Parts: sequence; C-alpha cells; structure tokens
Amino acid sequence: MLSADAGRVLAADAAPNPWFDGSYVVDNWDTIMGYLGEHVRLTVGAVLLGSLIALPLALLARRSGVLGGAVLGLSTIVYTIPSLAMFAFVFPLTGLSATTVLIGLTAYSLVILVRNFLVGLQGVPADVQEAARGMGYGNARRFVQIELPLALPAFMAGLRIATVSTIALTTVGVLVGHGGLGQLIYGGFNANFYRAEIVTGAVACVVLALLADLLLAGLERVLTPWARTARS
Amino acid sequence: MGADGAVVTGFSEALVYLNDPLNWTRPGGILELLGEHLAISAVAVLAAFVFAFPVGVALGTSGRGSGSVVVLSNVSRAVPTLALLTLFAVSPIGFGNEATTIALAVFAFPPILTNTYVGFRGVDADIREAARGMGMSRWQVIGRVELPQALPLVTTGVRTAAVQVIATAGLAALVGGGGLGRIVTLGFGQQDYGQILAGAFLIAALALLVELLLVILSWAATPGPRRLPFTPARGRTVTEPEPTAAGMPL
Repeated sequence: MLSADAGRVLAADAAPNPWFDGSYVVDNWDTIMGYLGEHVRLTVGAVLLGSLIALPLALLARRSGVLGGAVLGLSTIVYTIPSLAMFAFVFPLTGLSATTVLIGLTAYSLVILVRNFLVGLQGVPADVQEAARGMGYGNARRFVQIELPLALPAFMAGLRIATVSTIALTTVGVLVGHGGLGQLIYGGFNANFYRAEIVTGAVACVVLALLADLLLAGLERVLTPWARTARS
Repeated sequence: MGADGAVVTGFSEALVYLNDPLNWTRPGGILELLGEHLAISAVAVLAAFVFAFPVGVALGTSGRGSGSVVVLSNVSRAVPTLALLTLFAVSPIGFGNEATTIALAVFAFPPILTNTYVGFRGVDADIREAARGMGMSRWQVIGRVELPQALPLVTTGVRTAAVQVIATAGLAALVGGGGLGRIVTLGFGQQDYGQILAGAFLIAALALLVELLLVILSWAATPGPRRLPFTPARGRTVTEPEPTAAGMPL
C-alpha cells in the first residue's frame, strides 16, 4: 500500500513488525506482570540465599590463608562457567523447574558476594579491631558493631553487582522454561520474530536492573549516614 | 524416576556421547561446532578490540570521559546477553552467525574499553612528564612509556571480554545461531540428558581453558617484574573490591 512494489513482498513479510507496540503491552499486561514477578522472585531469592551462604564462607576464609585462597580460586572457576552450562548441569537434579534457575543463579551471586564480603572484612583496619578487643568487645559484638559498619560499603557494592548481574542472567533460565522476562524475549523469537514482545522483555529487564541498583544505592546511603557527612 | 538416578544415567550417557568418535568428526559434530564457536568468538573479540582500544587510549591519555565510561560499563552489565543476541537476530541482518558475531562484538566492547581506559589513566603523570622532557613525541610516549604500564589492565580487559564472549556464544544456539550451544539445545529438544550434559561440559571446559590460556599469555606479555599467575600477591593490602570492570559471569 505504501510502496509501489508492495505486491512483490512475501505474505510473511507484509505484516508490520514494529520494534515497539504499545497495544502489545496493554493487551498482555497480566502475562508481562506474571513474568516480571517470577523474575523478581528468582533474583531476590538468589541474592538472599547467596548472601546467607557467602557471609559464613567469607568469615571462614578470613581466618586462614589456605581456605581464603581455596574459596577465591573456586569462585573464579564457578564464575567462568557459562550460564548455559550451569543450568544444564543443574537440570538433571531438579528438572524443568524454577528451582533449577534458582540454584544456578545462587551459585553466581554467591561467587560475587563472597569476594566482596571478604574484601570488606579484610579492609577493616587491624588497629580498630585491636582497640575494640581492648575495650572488651566479644567476637559477636565486635562483628556487628565494628566490622559490619566498616565493611558495609564493600558489602553493598557486592550486593549491587550481584543483583544487577543476576537480573540479567535470569533470562537464560528460558533454557528450562523459567527465565522470567526472558520468556518474553525467547517467546517473541519463537513467535515468528515478534519484535514488540522481544523489545518489551529486554527493556523491562534493563529497567528492572537499573531500578534495583538505584534502590540498593539509596539503601546504602540510608545505612551509612556517616559517609554522607564526611563527603559534604 | 529419582533425581539421583537421572544424574547418574545422565553422566554416563554424557561420557558415552563424548567417547563416540563419530560425534566429534561427523558433519555438524563437536569439532565443526567447536571451530564455528571459536571463529565467531575470535572475530567478535578482534572487532571489539579494534574499536574499543583506540577509544580507550584516547580517553585514558586525555583523562576525559570518565563519567561516560563508568556509565557504559554499569549499563552494559544490566543488559541481558540473551536480549542482545535476540535483538540482533530479529534485526534485518537475520539470525545466524553474522548476527551472533555482531551482538558478541557489541558485548565485548565495554570490558575492553573500560580496562584500557583505566590502564592508561593510571599511568603516573610524572613518568609521562619525564618521557616528554626527554624529547619523546606524543606517539612515542603512548607506545613506549604508557602502553607497557597499561598492558596488564589491557590484557585483563581482553581476557574478560574473550571469556565472556566464549561463554555467551553458547547462548546463540537458543536464537538460531551456531556453536557448541547447539549440542545443549538439541539435547533439550530430544530430552537427552547425556547430550545436554556433554554440551554443557564442553562449553564450560572451553571457557576455563581459554581463561587459563589467556592468563598465561598475559603473564608472558607483561614486562617488568611479575609474579607467577595463580599465586596470591604477598604484602598487597586489599583496599577496594574486585575491579568491577571485570564484568559478570555469563
């Protein structure tokens, strides 16, 4: 209609395939929200589980150099394993379920977090530790009141990196059918290259990651009021 | 069927698959897919390097543009690799190795740029000044003074990009591309645990091998006193988290 040679175009190409379509988003709002919910659940679950495992590991690794080296070496190896392979390795254990994705994502976030936790803990000056011990702080109290606040910036940096990369990685879960917003990207590709669906999924992923990063940055500001006054 | 049983049979089937010479040498077999995987990755990293290195050097030596480099490296971490691969696959380029290569090159750009930038910006201003005072031209300063100092970070950037690209190239099979990911997606299509695990093992082994090889290469290429790779640095005080420019797992 628009061009003179429209008649020569194949029927499959004749249908418009815009990069973005507002009516797609409106018509499929519930589906999109469902996938978004799964995406957020998987991310939050993986980062929380990762933190719970990473903290004791970092505390142990700090105690001995050998253990620390082993933890860092192992984490480098896990870090290098491609996500496709990771999910495929977990797949025989848990099958086509969201648990498969959660396990894989937890492994990655764990690796990022343990490094940053360790760096944060090692960054606590020795004389501060000494002074706290001299003032009669026990191990637990010293950890909560002295080490945790001092290591917090490194902890939060780790949480931010882990969260953002977990949100991006969740999409690979399409391999086992639970990729959150990745289902839109993959589904659009398989639905005869439906661009509007693909772009919606991709943009939603990026926006979600940036929002999560902003949220954590805000949380860090709230948690470290002293850093704010020192900077201004 | 119990989960444990599935794992055991999966692993033994994977061994059978990997031990069959025909699976390696037949057309569309492991060797051909491996070649395809490596070719795509090499072209992508090379292309990214050709574009990112000069920009990194220009920004790093002039000390400008730090804000945009940081933003680029942060935003690039938030973009899912699958999304990038899919977007190029449905663009007018059409799905296939060409679209995969371009997507991977785009993806390899930020780590190379960031590390090159950081490497060149980190060169001591006094050293730069002294070199200029000795009568070196701008290009001589960059080539003979700054490059050797920035080299460890430049090679780190290339290594990060290369390992990321090798890992991501496996995902291309999900959107009609080639490479070793084919074995995994084919295995899922046929409900063949052995083939899935064999493909996963091959991709993981390739990524680890490339990482190992590039660590050794960059160690050999770095001038001056150096410590052996994989040995912990002694006496180095850890004050900041791992360089985030090192990117993310894939």
